[in-house]
Amino acid sequence: MISDDQVRYVAKLARIALSDEEVNKFSEQLSKVIGYMKILNEVDTKNVKETHQVTGLKNIMEKDIVNPSKCKRDELLECTELPVDSNQIRVKHAIK
Amino acid sequence: MRLNELTIREISEGFKEKKFSSRELTEACLSAIKEKDFEINAFVTVDNEGALESAEDFDKKLSRGEEVSVLGGIPVALKDNFNTKGIKSTCCSPILRDFVPPYDASVVKMLKGNEMVMVGKTNMDEYACGGSTEHSYFGTTKNPFDVSRVAGGSSGGSAAALASSMCIYSFGTDTGGSVRQPASFCGVYGMKVTYGRVSRSGVTAMASSWDTISPFGRSAEDIAYILDAVSGDDYYDSTTPGVEVPDYSEFLNKDVKNLKIGLPKEYFDRGIDKEVSETVKYAVKRLEGMGAKVEKISLPMTKYAVAVYYITMPAELSANLERFDGIRYGKKPEKDSKNLIDYYFQARGEGFGEEIKRRIMMGTYVLSAGYYDAYYKKAQKVRTLIVKDFEKAFEKVDVIMGPVSPIPAFKIGELVDDPLSMYMADALTIPASAAGLPALSCPVGLNSDGLPIGLQIIAPQFKEGLCIQAASALES
Repeated sequence: MISDDQVRYVAKLARIALSDEEVNKFSEQLSKVIGYMKILNEVDTKNVKETHQVTGLKNIMEKDIVNPSKCKRDELLECTELPVDSNQIRVKHAIK
Repeated sequence: MRLNELTIREISEGFKEKKFSSRELTEACLSAIKEKDFEINAFVTVDNEGALESAEDFDKKLSRGEEVSVLGGIPVALKDNFNTKGIKSTCCSPILRDFVPPYDASVVKMLKGNEMVMVGKTNMDEYACGGSTEHSYFGTTKNPFDVSRVAGGSSGGSAAALASSMCIYSFGTDTGGSVRQPASFCGVYGMKVTYGRVSRSGVTAMASSWDTISPFGRSAEDIAYILDAVSGDDYYDSTTPGVEVPDYSEFLNKDVKNLKIGLPKEYFDRGIDKEVSETVKYAVKRLEGMGAKVEKISLPMTKYAVAVYYITMPAELSANLERFDGIRYGKKPEKDSKNLIDYYFQARGEGFGEEIKRRIMMGTYVLSAGYYDAYYKKAQKVRTLIVKDFEKAFEKVDVIMGPVSPIPAFKIGELVDDPLSMYMADALTIPASAAGLPALSCPVGLNSDGLPIGLQIIAPQFKEGLCIQAASALES
């Protein structure tokens, strides 16, 4: 069972504003879905390693070569609607 | 037969024999969009001008006698999570509804190198999360076989566009079944490639250890030509391993004598629609009649795949979607915000649709302190056992066959408020994804309501050729 408070806590971690109605709905739906996940407890995974990737790749080191960027600085700045000031994006204050 | 109903080879030959031009073919596709798409809703952006311009460029190149690709001048539709320079790429999410990318995805660049004619961008579940294309900011895509039913998802737009002859081939992404399932619902071919076979660079990530860039086509032959054009390593995607790319068209029209086919009993269990199971078995029988050897096998971990997927995928998704904060990517919130953190909350609260919020919440939950070991780590271990299931099976057989989806296309709205039932519909496509295997959805018949049924052909990693070989034999 996932309570409304737990839903609010997870939403805070995920930086998502939820309405009370959404909190209610998610508490019910997430309880059901997460409840189903318990089926995995049937499986004995003692001494089993985790799979993080499937094609057996090892560390891939990048060659130290200068490559042109995929897009230009002003193209990147166009991706925001926020005001642009001396090549930087002006955001809301974080510290008062 | 109309031009927009032809296959890639028929078109490529038609161009060379000057029977018709790329412009004529492109116009035929664009008129099909105009005639039918108000009902089907397969496209979110149609690029009339751009498509005709590329078609004319191709026609000129051909008339000058220059070398052209087999895909050259042939209209394609791309899922809206592919970044296309200068053309909106929204992932069908409110937060990206006006996003115009400043660069092309690697696969788009490769297609441009093959004289691509792109007619438009197709509808999808928001950020590729869904199995029905009902979770799109731009409305639901309808199934061309029955418009009261879903086209499948998440690449539903690309499947429906091809099935309604609005393009000749198309692309989607398959993470847990998002190309195979809509292909099966819409009666077209959909090939989920091996993880890493096609570069993911520039296609918006969903679950990075599962995502693949995968095509839809009208025949096994079309799939072979498309894979020939886009497979291989890419500097910009370090998970594309240096595995040699074969000539996929060499697997066409090869006999299937002594090809060993495994039928997992779990894929024909209770819960599988009877007509689906019988139609699929009949297709396998036909291959047996051509000399293939059929063997019953077992993949005991199958029943745990949905749980593994719906833990690890949301975990990866919630991390990947972190960048959509209304500053680096995404729209400014409508509501005024007090400070920076409030800005993030508002931008994400307004900008994500319901299914995305649900999945981000699931992912954040399973990764949060106190739950990581119980859910995420456990799921990663069971994933290992799914991989081992397949390894063991492939010691005995060359390919594994079963249905793509336990049921044919369901009604619009039928599962939308019941996420768990919607997730269970992926039960037979997720296992191959968990192991990074290639799997082809191949249309093998219609049920008594006239709805398409798909056969799934699963092969060992990087053996896409075997899927094509078996599907090609069924076409003969």
